[in-house]
Amino acid sequence: MTSAVDSPVEVKAGGSGLLTVARAPGWVRYALLAVGLLVALWLPNGLYPAVAVDILCWALFAVSVDLLLGFTGLMSFGHAAFWGTSAYVTGLVAIHAGLPFPAAVLAGALAAALLALPIGYLAVKRTGIYFAMVTLAFAQLVYYVANEWRSVTRGENGLQGVPREFFGLDLTDDYYFYYAILPVVLLGLAAAWRIVHSPFGRVLVGIRDNPARARALGYPVHRYKLTAFVLSGFIAGLGGGLFAVGHRFVSLDVLHWTTSGKAVVVVVLGGIGTLWGGVLGAALVVRLEDWLSFSGFEAVGLVTGGIFVLVVLLFRRGVWGTVAALALRWGAARRR
Amino acid sequence: MSSFLQNTFNGLVSGAFYALLALGLAVIFGMLRVVNFAHGAFYMLGAFGAYVLLSEAGVPFWAALVIMPVALAVLGMALERAVIHRLTRLDPLYNFLLTFGLTLILQDLVKSRYGSQSSPYATPSALRGSVDFGLFDFPTYRVFILGFTVLLCVAVWWVLVRTRIGMVVRAATERPELTRAFGIDVGRWVTPVFGFGIGLAGLAGVLAAPMRAVNPLMGADLIIVVFAVVVIGGLGSIFGSVAAGFGIGLVQAWGEAYLSDFPIVSQTIVFVVMAVVLLWRPAGLFGREEAPA
Repeated sequence: MTSAVDSPVEVKAGGSGLLTVARAPGWVRYALLAVGLLVALWLPNGLYPAVAVDILCWALFAVSVDLLLGFTGLMSFGHAAFWGTSAYVTGLVAIHAGLPFPAAVLAGALAAALLALPIGYLAVKRTGIYFAMVTLAFAQLVYYVANEWRSVTRGENGLQGVPREFFGLDLTDDYYFYYAILPVVLLGLAAAWRIVHSPFGRVLVGIRDNPARARALGYPVHRYKLTAFVLSGFIAGLGGGLFAVGHRFVSLDVLHWTTSGKAVVVVVLGGIGTLWGGVLGAALVVRLEDWLSFSGFEAVGLVTGGIFVLVVLLFRRGVWGTVAALALRWGAARRR
Repeated sequence: MSSFLQNTFNGLVSGAFYALLALGLAVIFGMLRVVNFAHGAFYMLGAFGAYVLLSEAGVPFWAALVIMPVALAVLGMALERAVIHRLTRLDPLYNFLLTFGLTLILQDLVKSRYGSQSSPYATPSALRGSVDFGLFDFPTYRVFILGFTVLLCVAVWWVLVRTRIGMVVRAATERPELTRAFGIDVGRWVTPVFGFGIGLAGLAGVLAAPMRAVNPLMGADLIIVVFAVVVIGGLGSIFGSVAAGFGIGLVQAWGEAYLSDFPIVSQTIVFVVMAVVLLWRPAGLFGREEAPA
């Protein structure tokens, strides 16, 4: 007898799962992909390059969270642990080892994946809201450790002067740095897409929709969840590492629970279980926060918090989810 | 020996705060299946409200101790009717996110109005000084907190065990489907219970004001610790939440005292305990095992 709470998480956002079953026709997908790539290539010409860089990092972060929330049915409310750990490790490697930045970011992402292993092992013992609370608590543990371990993290002052080393190329200008990290981000996004659309990803969706049946079919559910968790931690780590190099600075904020929560809301705003929705959500939220801080508005939390509340109340499908559902309905009507 | 008692006493005092907050979380969860992320923010509002009442209207501590919990309980009930209740039929994760957003709003509202520095709150004159217990003496105010909280927990326990509403809350918390199957109208009690839980958080905040720095972020990290506490105790168990609250307060205080070379211990020990509990009893110390999913 499962209680209402620990029943499998069904992402009732609508739209989710739709896309993994009824997908848009091939030409639409290629057209969308082409448009997306063009936008990605144009982005730093249309926005402040620093903001464009942030959007890329957050896109990876959001996609990593959606991998769990949308495709495995696990809401991690502690993903700042992986984003932030990777930011610190990347920063330390970049400062002390002088490696080119992709190597430093890779080291950070691997550290994040390594951390995701024990946290995931304990967290996947619970589902639903408990899973969210447990991941939140472990992320806070990581935050406190970073806060106390000043000799490494520099505590309140943060890591300063993270270099953008790349075989002697001058990447100090954010505009060029954006194009330097774009391939890394696209690789991360492609990896996430590959995971979701692989047989492994199918099993994850099966676990999301009916864990008991997945178990009955003989799938080691815990192990699948843990694998997804570690992969997700790695992708979040890619984002966090790039974020550290992008800002040339790492502070404790990257590990705080507000960062974890923001990542989840970015996913909900974009559309749970849509993967690309996370990219869209990241663009919207980063752009908005930048605009708010630029207009000298003090209480950023007031606006982002307000948006979170409104999104959850009125717009649970998210941007991508809403558009996709409408498009599919329209397509179905035309085929009739 | 006396220093051990001193540490134990201090542990029970900080445990009292955890217990009050965890108790509120547990009854709210029991009735609504909602994990209220904003619980820490309401604790902060309780403390802040007491501070504003005193500094701007001269309302003394004793009055604030009544006014703030009642005011916040009313606010909580309005909130439940206006928003929370629209999402209770959905996955609990949505209300978790909603109250997360609410936390940011409340914190920033207070911050933009009063700034983010800490404000002092004078201990009420009747509770200054210390009480001599022979071997050692304790600050009177802390003795008051402990006594007050224990009395409150006993009162809540009495209500839960001896009254009809208590029976409904317990039943709904521990066996939700069965309760409804018996035809008990759980819905009627949802709003007042939510208000009650919020009121407890506000009460904890007023009690904390003279002891801890009053600032907009005072509940921000506390709530995460309380989440760990309810995971340890088992969210489906009201007694477990209170017991785990006091227990964690004790473990933290002892860790702080006897492992003082490692300041990190007192901050992180609660999460380490949570990890051990998850390994050993995933449903929490007092929680019931759910069917494997």
